[in-house]
Amino acid sequence: MSVPVFYYVILSAIVFLTGIVGVLIRRNIIAILLSIELMLNATNINFVAFSDHLQVIGGQVFVFFALTVAAAEVAIGLAIIIALHRSKSTINVEEFNLLKW
Amino acid sequence: MAYVFFGYFAGMITLTSILVVVLRNPVYSTLSLLVMFFHVAGLYITLHAEFLAAVQIIVYAGAIVVLYLFVVMLLNVNRDDRYHSQSRIAVFVSVPLSIEFLVLLSGGMGAARRDPAAMAVDAQTSDNTLTIGQALYSTYLFPFEVASLILLAAMVGAILLAKPHIGKNEDKDIPQAPGAQ
Repeated sequence: MSVPVFYYVILSAIVFLTGIVGVLIRRNIIAILLSIELMLNATNINFVAFSDHLQVIGGQVFVFFALTVAAAEVAIGLAIIIALHRSKSTINVEEFNLLKW
Repeated sequence: MAYVFFGYFAGMITLTSILVVVLRNPVYSTLSLLVMFFHVAGLYITLHAEFLAAVQIIVYAGAIVVLYLFVVMLLNVNRDDRYHSQSRIAVFVSVPLSIEFLVLLSGGMGAARRDPAAMAVDAQTSDNTLTIGQALYSTYLFPFEVASLILLAAMVGAILLAKPHIGKNEDKDIPQAPGAQ
């Protein structure tokens, strides 16, 4: 007796929604990156659940690639944060308006 | 029994993901994310994805969270005491998403009740790592190579971004070399 895939979709939707709200309401840029990690994990849960439900291995391989992209994204994002903190000495996103017109 | 495990993991994942967003101190947020990664790994084990569970713990909990904690403690950020001033936009986006979620909750119940498809790969009994490896090196060989290129580009980009004033340092370093004077 296995858990229906619908429950996993609900769990993934909850985590993804939490991530979106985190990106929108937090002012700390590190917390925004953490929320992006939440969203990536929500999609990964969905992929693995459907991979188990449909008995196709492709879902798990795709999670593997999503993990690679997440690692690259974290490295680049944290490097940008360090560079920003060096030039502006803050990590509050409301202070960053270089690209605003 | 499967429901008990799923309930525990799902409850902890939901709780810790909400804590990541709600907690003001970035260190506590990151530690909460660490707990969430471990529970996601547990969920993968219940879904017969043992290899991904191990990779989840090694890469996410081992590498990514340590990187986050390193940067948080390096920058020595003060806790931010208020949320973003544009939180009205957040409400504006969240309400349609919540409605979609409710639609999913009411409409999806019947669709997911059908039996699983016929087994192409017997994931229940066969070796999970072997299956993933065979798929990765045959069907998904080209994406696998592209992934390595992505990692290389990320490494070069991270070094280039985090190093201070690359052009100026090179000019300065040459006269300061010990043999120069």
